[in-house]
Amino acid sequence: MTVEHAGRGRRAARGRRPWVLLAAVVGAYAFLYAPILWLALLSFNDSRSVSTFTGFSLRWYAELLTDGQVLDALWLTVRLAASTAVVAAVLGTLAAWALRRPFRGRGLWSTVLAMPLVVPEVVLGVSLLAFCVKLAGIPLGFGALLAAHVTFSLSFVVIVVRARLAGLDPRLEEAAADLGAGPLTRWRTVTLPVLWPAIGAGAAFAFVLSFDDVVTSSYLSGVGGTPLPVLVYGQASRRGVSPEIVALSTSMVVLSTVLLVLAVLVVARRARHLDR
Amino acid sequence: MDGVTRASGGPRRPRPEPTSGAGRPGGAARPARSRGRGRARAHGRSLAGWAALAPAGLWLGAFFVVPVALVAQYSFATRDLGIARVVLPWTLDAYRLAVDPAVLPIFWRTAAYSLSATLACLVIGLPLAWFVARHAGRWRLVLLGAVLVPFWASHLARIYAWKALLAEDGPVNRVLGLVGLDRPGGLLLTDVAVVVGLTYGYLPFMVLPLYVVCRRFDPRLLEASQDLGHGRLGTFVRVVLPGLAPGVVAGSLLVLVPSVGDFVTPALLGGVNQLTFGSVIDDQFRGGNNWPLGSALAVLLLAAVAVLWVARGRRAREVL
Repeated sequence: MTVEHAGRGRRAARGRRPWVLLAAVVGAYAFLYAPILWLALLSFNDSRSVSTFTGFSLRWYAELLTDGQVLDALWLTVRLAASTAVVAAVLGTLAAWALRRPFRGRGLWSTVLAMPLVVPEVVLGVSLLAFCVKLAGIPLGFGALLAAHVTFSLSFVVIVVRARLAGLDPRLEEAAADLGAGPLTRWRTVTLPVLWPAIGAGAAFAFVLSFDDVVTSSYLSGVGGTPLPVLVYGQASRRGVSPEIVALSTSMVVLSTVLLVLAVLVVARRARHLDR
Repeated sequence: MDGVTRASGGPRRPRPEPTSGAGRPGGAARPARSRGRGRARAHGRSLAGWAALAPAGLWLGAFFVVPVALVAQYSFATRDLGIARVVLPWTLDAYRLAVDPAVLPIFWRTAAYSLSATLACLVIGLPLAWFVARHAGRWRLVLLGAVLVPFWASHLARIYAWKALLAEDGPVNRVLGLVGLDRPGGLLLTDVAVVVGLTYGYLPFMVLPLYVVCRRFDPRLLEASQDLGHGRLGTFVRVVLPGLAPGVVAGSLLVLVPSVGDFVTPALLGGVNQLTFGSVIDDQFRGGNNWPLGSALAVLLLAAVAVLWVARGRRAREVL
């Protein structure tokens, strides 16, 4: 199907089919999915081995559901990622909205808001460790982790929402104002409906970043507050990633694929609805 | 991702001019009749703007600016082996240690790893982003989403998948064996393995900015270039690459910086003797070993990043 579409889109290049491009793209997707497919296969492996497949079984999924330590860490990680997504989405959306018009100091604010993107995680991690332990007296654990995760995911929300705002016609808000809508009504009825997809995308990004973070979290996790990736990293250096984690990763990929398909269906349906 | 798509969609639509407020409805140039109301509204707007910026600003101030400043301060302190970690007096000892010739190989290795990974991401990501942005039709969002799906699997699990794939009896080594390129021990614990792991880990950070600029790129430029006599290579080098430059720069920064600081991937795929800049910083803090030295290294790393950030050029600012 991609070939067919590619063919249709090539009128500009005088009907030549982009075979080389297509081969590169197939290669890129193969590179992206080879490890994932390998993980999926291993999650049904009967033995502990990560390199040979001995037989089909669901035992790692069963063990995942009964492993208290992993489940506790998973629950903490989910709560942390959800909180990060919500806080980052709110702070980031507000900031992006404030930056939509030029004003004195906008360049500086943009730089500050983008900074966490280009600061290596190890630097952020050790800085926050020093800050929490020596200066602020924040106990390591959920609070410290939340502070860190919001910090590094905020920038993504700002970028995605700003991109969307750049496409928003400023006259829409002006028109709403001239028709007598107060600031809050304008937000609710004009700005937010346009921004929802971007806010959702930014929040999803924040969720994944938080859910998967090892480096920064490894400095800030405390007693009873160890997120799953840190737990896995601690075990991994000794005896490799356990098949339960492989099973969990496979479930996550399946879940995200389902969510992606659902989102596409909703968008397609809405588009059809609008066409009518 | 939809936000990125739509905002950058329609390559021919003039984007709102970010610098001039005048001449826009509601800007400074309004009819005199409504000027008073307009000014009051502008005043309210700037108040609302500051109120909207305050939460994010306070958060980053408390949990980003102050901590980094603290580390910068510690980099001038003296090491303490006790609970205090850092004590007075202020010295430059940490920096003297940090620029010791013994650290140089670590520095070069880190640079080689992260530059190779950035280049590999560019080579893989550019055709991918171009194809998804320009040839995928209504499958665009699906294919873009498909780039992100693998990243819902745990980072560590993905690294371990590569470990298995690159091992001596793994698929990669077997395929290489068919053409006689296999090597005993597989590719594991080699520099190649580290670069593969870093490339895989940060590929989406390259693809997303590239996708944005590919969407924006005006296809008529291709025709114009060919009509004016450029060949395919000439068109690519003189027209396409400059047009995509902001995305290339932004994506490269987003891959380069985290891969310089990453110590997990080299530790798991590269074996024991593969210290990188990130892992040296990590060592200094992890055991409470030497906070001032770790801080000094962190400050040097930040300085390098700042140079890159400033040097990224004006056009890259549209994307990042």
